Amino acid sequence: MSIDKDTAAKVAKLARIKVEDADLPVLAQEFNAILGFIEQLNELDVDDVEPMVSVTPMRLKRREDVVTDGDQPEKVLKNAPEAREGFFAVPKVVE
Amino acid sequence: MSELTSMTIADARDALRKGDVTSAELTEACLDAIDRADALNAFVHKTPEIAIERARAADDRIASGDAPDMCGIPIGIKDLFCTEGAPSQAASRILEGFLPPYESTVSGKLRDAGAVMLGKLNMDEFAMGSSNETSVYGDAVNPWKSNGKNAGLTPGGSSGGSASAVAADLCLGATGTDTGGSIRQPAAFTGIVGLKPTYGRCSRYGIVAFASSLDQAGPMTRSVRDAAIMGRAMMGADPRDSTSADLPVPDFEAMLTGDIRGKTIGIPNEYRMEGMPAEIETLWKTGREMLADAGAEIRDISLPHTKYALPAYYVIAPAEASSNLARYDGVRYGYRARLGQGDGVTEMYEKTRAEGFGPEVKRRVMIGTYVLSAGFYDAYYNRARKVRALIKRDFDQVFAEGVDAILTPATPSAAFELGKEMSDPVEMYLNDVFTVTVNLAGLPGISVPAGLDASGLPLGLQLIGRPWEEGELLNAAYALEQAAGFVAKPGKWW
Repeated sequence: MSIDKDTAAKVAKLARIKVEDADLPVLAQEFNAILGFIEQLNELDVDDVEPMVSVTPMRLKRREDVVTDGDQPEKVLKNAPEAREGFFAVPKVVE
Repeated sequence: MSELTSMTIADARDALRKGDVTSAELTEACLDAIDRADALNAFVHKTPEIAIERARAADDRIASGDAPDMCGIPIGIKDLFCTEGAPSQAASRILEGFLPPYESTVSGKLRDAGAVMLGKLNMDEFAMGSSNETSVYGDAVNPWKSNGKNAGLTPGGSSGGSASAVAADLCLGATGTDTGGSIRQPAAFTGIVGLKPTYGRCSRYGIVAFASSLDQAGPMTRSVRDAAIMGRAMMGADPRDSTSADLPVPDFEAMLTGDIRGKTIGIPNEYRMEGMPAEIETLWKTGREMLADAGAEIRDISLPHTKYALPAYYVIAPAEASSNLARYDGVRYGYRARLGQGDGVTEMYEKTRAEGFGPEVKRRVMIGTYVLSAGFYDAYYNRARKVRALIKRDFDQVFAEGVDAILTPATPSAAFELGKEMSDPVEMYLNDVFTVTVNLAGLPGISVPAGLDASGLPLGLQLIGRPWEEGELLNAAYALEQAAGFVAKPGKWW
């Protein structure tokens, strides 16, 4: 499988990372090098193998469905690049 | 006062309890050493006020007779750990200015045990790298140099700052994290001990996530005993991490007898890599002989899926990273790009992430996005998870056949020159060839300094243990450490 410039652009878009047009060919090349390395996995027959989900057969812990945290808006907003009136502020989303 | 900063944790603990030294003195000596070592670029955020305050509190606690082992011990914390009120930015521009209002469980356990945080340590950005060259702070530098050469060497990565600081006697121990080898490889490159515990031993709460099914914190220290002491203080179940194990954490130090008679050590055939330097081969052979001399039975074993570990890792780790790093959107914390006229929320995301992430992080996030994208999920991600199951099965089988621990080289080479391998990502990935299987299988692994190469650089051997049996593993490592008798130190040039 080979990744072209358009696929690289699509992946960048999906990842929400701006990549300049001029940089796309190099990026596509890097993807191909890494994916070429990954292709080795196709040598194995894995049809009857269950995907690994955990190190020891351990049921994921569950806790009571109760509120254990919260009610600290100042702390939550303290690190925001922009916050107003108790909310995170972002550019206009809806016209 | 270099004698103070070069103490082991065990010796410092004993001296503190006897009243031969105070934590304040130890801490001042470390802070002084750190200030003189800016050339190593290991400590990237110094926290002397926090350190001095905690040292005083530790001295009071020691005087009252109620002091855990780590009480009063000055340590460094990798920048990946969130530390309350102290910068924690995973060596990334995108977390510039982030001051966590909370403490990671692991650093919190160390703090509560009385350990003294000296500052935050350099690392590869988001722990993605094997040379500490992807850091927004610039390269961390290895205190070791090749005989007669002046070129700066990598301390390894991603926990490069931790390794450099411990090897250069800037602190008595440091936290690291290991996703594909990020504790063990830098430990090997700097002549120190690095333990990656079983997945689930240390809580991941408050550690900036890279690949959640692989990430595990562990101690980086100057002796196996210190790894036992510091590791124990870092481990334990945590309700805030549902993957942390509800298992008691034993007193590992008490298990260090050095007696490995009757234990079976496996030597995996598949770790003999083509083009492996003769020195690594020789070191491995020497390690094997040392363990045999100590009374262990040496057995040749096979881990047939070893060669597929790195490719599986480079699907799984980027996939998980792509998901984990989606949170860096310029909205809730850290960096936000300056926006142009008419830019909307999508432009904000795209520009913020383009400017906030470095090239290696962007590369991995996009690879992860690709392998998870519609139509490729089964071909890449699910296939890699199945291969991971096969790799784990290899280990399960040899353990079931009575192997107690596995001996391998820690790295395929000694520390290399900074800038030398940066150009080829795949070449850089090969650094993790001996360590990455352990993360995929979730096993504990430890790197022990075992010798010097011809140019005077340290080399490490890795021991891999059964799940949850860090105590046994540390004891085997202790036997190896005693037999190897590694005492070399880097010559001070900084």
